[in-house]
Amino acid sequence: MNSHLGRRIAQVLPTILLVSMLVFGLQQLMPGDPALVLAGEERDPVVLAQIRQELWLDRPIPVQYLHWIGGVVQGNLGYSWRIREPVLSLVEEKLPVTLQLGVMAFVIAIGIGIPAGILSAVKRNTRWDYIANGIGLAGLSTPNFWLGIMLILLVSVKLGWLPPSGYVSLFDDWRQSLATTIMPAFVLGNAIAAVLMRHTRSAMLTAMDQDYVRTARAKGLSEGVVILKHALRNALVPVITLGALELGTLLSGAVLTEQVFSIPGFGKLIVDAVFNRDYPVVQGVVLVTATIYILLNLLADVLYVVINPRLRRA
Amino acid sequence: MRRLLLAATALAAFAPLVAHAQSAPTQTLKIALNEDPDILDPTLARTFVGRIVFAGLCDKLFDIDEKLNFVPQLATSYEYTDPKTLLLHLRPGVTFQDGTKMDAAAVKYSLERHATMAGSSRKGEISAMDHVDVVDPLTVKVVLKSPSAPFIAQLTDRAGMIVSPKAAAAEGKDFGLHPVCAGPFSFGERVAQDHITLDRYPGYWDAKNVHFAHVIYRIITDTSVKLANLEAGSVDIAERIAPSDVAQARKNPKLNVAIIPGIGYDSINFNLANGTRANTPIGQSALVRKAFELSIDRKALMQVVYNGLFTPTVQAIPASSPYFDADLKVPERDVAKAKALLAQAGVKLPVPVTLAVSTSPVQEQMGEVVQSMAAEAGFAVKVQATEFASMLSAETHGDFEASAIGWSGRPDPDGNLYSFFYTNAPLNDSKYSNKDVDTWLDQSRATTDVATRKALFAKVVTQVEKDLPVMYLDAPSWVTGMTKKLSGFRPVPDGMIRLQGMELAK
Repeated sequence: MNSHLGRRIAQVLPTILLVSMLVFGLQQLMPGDPALVLAGEERDPVVLAQIRQELWLDRPIPVQYLHWIGGVVQGNLGYSWRIREPVLSLVEEKLPVTLQLGVMAFVIAIGIGIPAGILSAVKRNTRWDYIANGIGLAGLSTPNFWLGIMLILLVSVKLGWLPPSGYVSLFDDWRQSLATTIMPAFVLGNAIAAVLMRHTRSAMLTAMDQDYVRTARAKGLSEGVVILKHALRNALVPVITLGALELGTLLSGAVLTEQVFSIPGFGKLIVDAVFNRDYPVVQGVVLVTATIYILLNLLADVLYVVINPRLRRA
Repeated sequence: MRRLLLAATALAAFAPLVAHAQSAPTQTLKIALNEDPDILDPTLARTFVGRIVFAGLCDKLFDIDEKLNFVPQLATSYEYTDPKTLLLHLRPGVTFQDGTKMDAAAVKYSLERHATMAGSSRKGEISAMDHVDVVDPLTVKVVLKSPSAPFIAQLTDRAGMIVSPKAAAAEGKDFGLHPVCAGPFSFGERVAQDHITLDRYPGYWDAKNVHFAHVIYRIITDTSVKLANLEAGSVDIAERIAPSDVAQARKNPKLNVAIIPGIGYDSINFNLANGTRANTPIGQSALVRKAFELSIDRKALMQVVYNGLFTPTVQAIPASSPYFDADLKVPERDVAKAKALLAQAGVKLPVPVTLAVSTSPVQEQMGEVVQSMAAEAGFAVKVQATEFASMLSAETHGDFEASAIGWSGRPDPDGNLYSFFYTNAPLNDSKYSNKDVDTWLDQSRATTDVATRKALFAKVVTQVEKDLPVMYLDAPSWVTGMTKKLSGFRPVPDGMIRLQGMELAK
């Protein structure tokens, strides 16, 4: 197992480097000239030439890449072409926002998805199972942006309970922070909850049919202990893998959710940067996101070992 | 008498301070913006939405009013001593938000910064300027390379914004991160893509007309969410409400909607001579373009796409301008005549036209309506929805046949015409070239006489309507939604939100 983990750790840096090349390369394929977008309505050729020169856009692409990655290695992600703020400070400003949203969404997803999955498996083919499945299906098939706008109209405009959009930092005012993020977190967590529910259900159904569960019951253990300690613990391994994979959904879902709720996080940052051809921001954000994603997958590998002792002997 | 005058002067000088001490405003105004502005440096800034923030941050030498007249702001008046020499008389007692004096030296510094700074977006706007001299602390002499009537209009926008030389010199290229100007509010903080906060500057020359302690510009990109924020009271005023949301906003008893025709336009640009894609029937024949125009019912188009809020037009000059050519009428739809023109042009039917539109639901709908109307006259329009940055690039490089695009407009007609129709001008993507039009445009720059310029512009717009390198569709209106508690909002055709005089009832 240690060698497995070691291999995984050794893969991290080359993967990140590959991602950096891919992001940079794919970006060059995007139609649209960044200098033209930056020049705004007045497209004076002299100004365009100055913009290209200043941003190194008139150099060969490999030179541009080396210039950028050289900075990244030294901790400098460049600066936003549009607003001139350093990309690193934008990342530092936006990352906690999306992390807060992501953590809240994940807590909501786990809080709804896993108990609903267990309930659905334990009460197989009863109305509880049908209700949980129905809710799960609805959660899966509801588009984020639609649910977001409906919630804003109902909860904020009609009922006036929560602010319709915007963001307040946890450190500035935690109550207001929760008030501004609970709706987007619910929207974001809702789809993941549905996926978790369905997978927990099927993993639990498989686990409940296993010999060790029958043995546990035969030993006279209470049903709660059998379900939570014996069946669930084994069933959770595939669910954790899925949870780690769903982090990708979380990040891509954040793009839409942040747009709808005007949350100034990573998702909104990258969408605006792509449309404005603000390449350093796109590169910086994708690189940081990819790194986080890779590290979280590594964390999932470690968690398997913690959850399932059998893997330690592998 | 002299004593009385002195006492009156002293009273006038201290009046703002007394008023300030008596009732310093405490309220915060929250404004919803459609996009995040770019850099907040008047020399480098490029976006329309950035200009809305500048309206609170940076006063200009002159402003425009509802009828596009130039009105004093940091300058109280101007005069031409000869066609190439412009004298600007500055307002006395104005300070920047860092407390330094706004005087002739600062104006000279700012104009030179606009003209020479690397990457300046103002360079083209004030390219007519040769040099600037300080005559006395309150008088600036601008010497032009050649007579330029539109020059003064440029001073009503970012080129006329005066920055604090002390702050600009200290910050250099990063001035936009902490801008210091002579506007009613000073820069507070900016969280990219979230908000920009401005704080009241008590030393503002017109402080008595400023009734907020803070202004927060919140960035809300989704139009429905923006309206929801307005309805929920999270913002007090929202710019550019979507025409499709106006009915809902009007139904809400807590909201007011202000609509004013702007100075810009929406149009379809045709590729006449920009690369190989100009070799199409519609690119090569003015008769075919005329037939295309006659196949479109602009009024119906406005009803369907913009809920009747935008005004059909056939010229780049806004109706609010004294230079508007009222004799140039919007033609009625005439399918029979369109068919006859196509027959006269001898083109094979159906005439293929690829129309690029940006990927917004409204633009795509506009493309589809044009497609179905033009089909009746014998055009096969293919609507090509393209993301805006790609579309802009394609248009500049000649990779288009017809392209639906807009222009936010400038107060002087020169800003809506010269760059688009002068041979090889930067925004002339159609590559239209007509020697007469070039001559008339040059002549319109060389004189400041309104009647002469009006006659010249009339010739230009009539010729353009005949040659149709650009087919104008409508003059968009600025639709601003606001809470009924807000008073003093002045709709001006440039779409800015001027904070002076606005008040929120408690």
